[in-house]
Amino acid sequence: MNLTLVAILFLGAIGLFFAIILYLAARRFKVFEDACIDDIEDALPGANCGGCGFTGCRNFAEECVRSKQFEKLLCPVGGLETMVKVAAILGKETIPADPTIAVLRCNGTCSHRPKTSIFDGAISCAVASATYSGDTDCSFGCLGLTDCVNACKFDALVMNPETGLPEVVEDKCTSCGACVKACPKNLFEIHKKGHESGRIYVACMNKDKGAVAKKACEAACIGCGKCEKVCESNAITITNNLAYIDANACNLCRKCVEICPSGAIMEVVMK
Amino acid sequence: MRTFSIGGIHPPGYKLSAGKPIQRAALPKQSVVLLNQQIGALAVPVVTKGDEVKTGQLIAKSGGIVSANIHAPVSGKISKIDLIPDTGGYKHKAIFIDVVDDVWVDTIDRSDVLIKDCNLDATAIVAKIAEAGVVGMGGAAFPTQVKLKPPHGKKADVLIVNAVECEPYLTSDHQLMMEKGEEILVGTTILMKAIQAKRGVIGIENNKPDAIAHLKRLSAQYPGIEIIPLKVQYPQGGEKQLIEATIGRQVPSGAFPIEVGAIVQNVATVFAVYEAVQKNKPLFERIITVTGKSVSRPGNYLTRIGTPLSDLMNEAGGLPEDAAKVIGGGPMMGKALVNLSVPVTKGCSGLLVLTGKETLRKEIKNCIRCTKCVRACPMGLEPYLLMTLIEHEEWGKLEKERIMDCIECGCCTYSCPSARPLLDYLKIGKSKVGEVIRTRKK
Repeated sequence: MNLTLVAILFLGAIGLFFAIILYLAARRFKVFEDACIDDIEDALPGANCGGCGFTGCRNFAEECVRSKQFEKLLCPVGGLETMVKVAAILGKETIPADPTIAVLRCNGTCSHRPKTSIFDGAISCAVASATYSGDTDCSFGCLGLTDCVNACKFDALVMNPETGLPEVVEDKCTSCGACVKACPKNLFEIHKKGHESGRIYVACMNKDKGAVAKKACEAACIGCGKCEKVCESNAITITNNLAYIDANACNLCRKCVEICPSGAIMEVVMK
Repeated sequence: MRTFSIGGIHPPGYKLSAGKPIQRAALPKQSVVLLNQQIGALAVPVVTKGDEVKTGQLIAKSGGIVSANIHAPVSGKISKIDLIPDTGGYKHKAIFIDVVDDVWVDTIDRSDVLIKDCNLDATAIVAKIAEAGVVGMGGAAFPTQVKLKPPHGKKADVLIVNAVECEPYLTSDHQLMMEKGEEILVGTTILMKAIQAKRGVIGIENNKPDAIAHLKRLSAQYPGIEIIPLKVQYPQGGEKQLIEATIGRQVPSGAFPIEVGAIVQNVATVFAVYEAVQKNKPLFERIITVTGKSVSRPGNYLTRIGTPLSDLMNEAGGLPEDAAKVIGGGPMMGKALVNLSVPVTKGCSGLLVLTGKETLRKEIKNCIRCTKCVRACPMGLEPYLLMTLIEHEEWGKLEKERIMDCIECGCCTYSCPSARPLLDYLKIGKSKVGEVIRTRKK
């Protein structure tokens, strides 16, 4: 017999043998994966920021397919627009969730808060807050050493050199929550954005007694309780000398903003 | 001459207040006693507003197993129990006492007579130390009675007295040894009895030859106590470094000194133990070195706990005009103070004023991998690598790289030619990894 023919037949036999093994293995170890997952992943922003609470966009896409409570899932970066696309892929309906944004609960600008000491250690809020309370008399306020700015993946935080405080860029913030985790003083809060109506929040975290707080910072919440009394919708509570506005209960009547003697209640008005 | 084997640095000594006799600081008008003086649980106040107290009276009792009693450092009236910022600026609870005269509790023996004999047994000694609220006075303020009760099945065969005083500037321990040498030796004997150890060693660096000679001469009458001169090297006062330097045993990573049969006590603590056991005197005053190149009267001041640091500063001639930074403790491990109204605590060993020139920080540059920090680290760690891991938040890897072994001595930062704040970051890493470990245990 021709040697070429032997080689062809022999290789063909080996090929067939392995093909059968591969066929059987493929049937035995077959994993079903919903094709939607890939589609959803493509629809997501792909920032892998973890703002949704899952490890990366792929994980979130899997959760969208798997979850029985789809309406509770939200990609904070893509927002409603993305969720509509995802819902379309899945053939489900999405309930428009209120968009949120990060707010800085400190208004201790350079002019409000006189400096009482100088910090010359590493430029890091984490380092500074482990070392001491801060370069002003307020031990709750912003340290201004840019840990949040570094943590933000969307360039949504910018230091204002005049105030010494970071500012949230309205259009860029995706409320992923990276700044909330990065701030050692826990000054960031994910707050209802309120597209047309704006938002109102207490820009202070000082839990000291009124007189002490006021001495340290002109814009400090002194826990006087005036806002609590004037609030029509019972949205304001005062604990530990500090007011807190529940964004869900607040009807944005702005009476608290007017009555606050120290200007600790911040109001963001949409243009 | 003996010393420890790994790492270490040689900062200049600047012992400006050496040989200055111990002076009694004036009583303050108001004494503020912080309830978080010691490591561990807060002490619980046993007095209320308006109560009259005598010097040495119990005002707050130990709030847990790791905690300590606190006694009134002055006599007078409790004006309030309120929050006050501590050295770091964070507010903590404190007892405020308006000082009236100086009436002591009558059980305290105020004479200078040396009492050598102690007939108490080990348990009674430890109980008395706990009662007197004695804590580690080298700076950490760890309750002494806890250290003296080793875990079940462990036994210490040697007591090591830490009289190294390796921090630059500080001289309070040195002066204490010169003036109260005999008391320290009696204290050592008492502590040896408390842990039932036959051997006691006192480690002193050889930049204090007078103290070595003085204690060597006195120790002839005290069997079992050996004075060991040590080669000057920072951080010899670290517990693990001192154990290796004096008795040649290495404490394994993550273990306590008791694993190698040693218990270490600071020399000032030993003196406090003597006063507590032999004189019934609780710990309410301590010797503090007030120093700095521009301080007009640097010295060693016997100060009541609760005295505002500004009062103590005035004692030494007031805050100099060119002062840029005031540090509580020594320059290597001490902490810069936010303000001077902070009161003296049991763990406060020094008050150091630095001028602008001395505190000047060089610009932080990139790491050039010179490994000076690795050579300086007395725990055999790689600080430059740890800092990078911390910047990348690799807590798991950090734990494997033994970050929890770091004793925060500052040798790495001191040796870095790029002026990188290595220790600042290492401290963050330690607290984060510590958190991870604690959550895992739960």
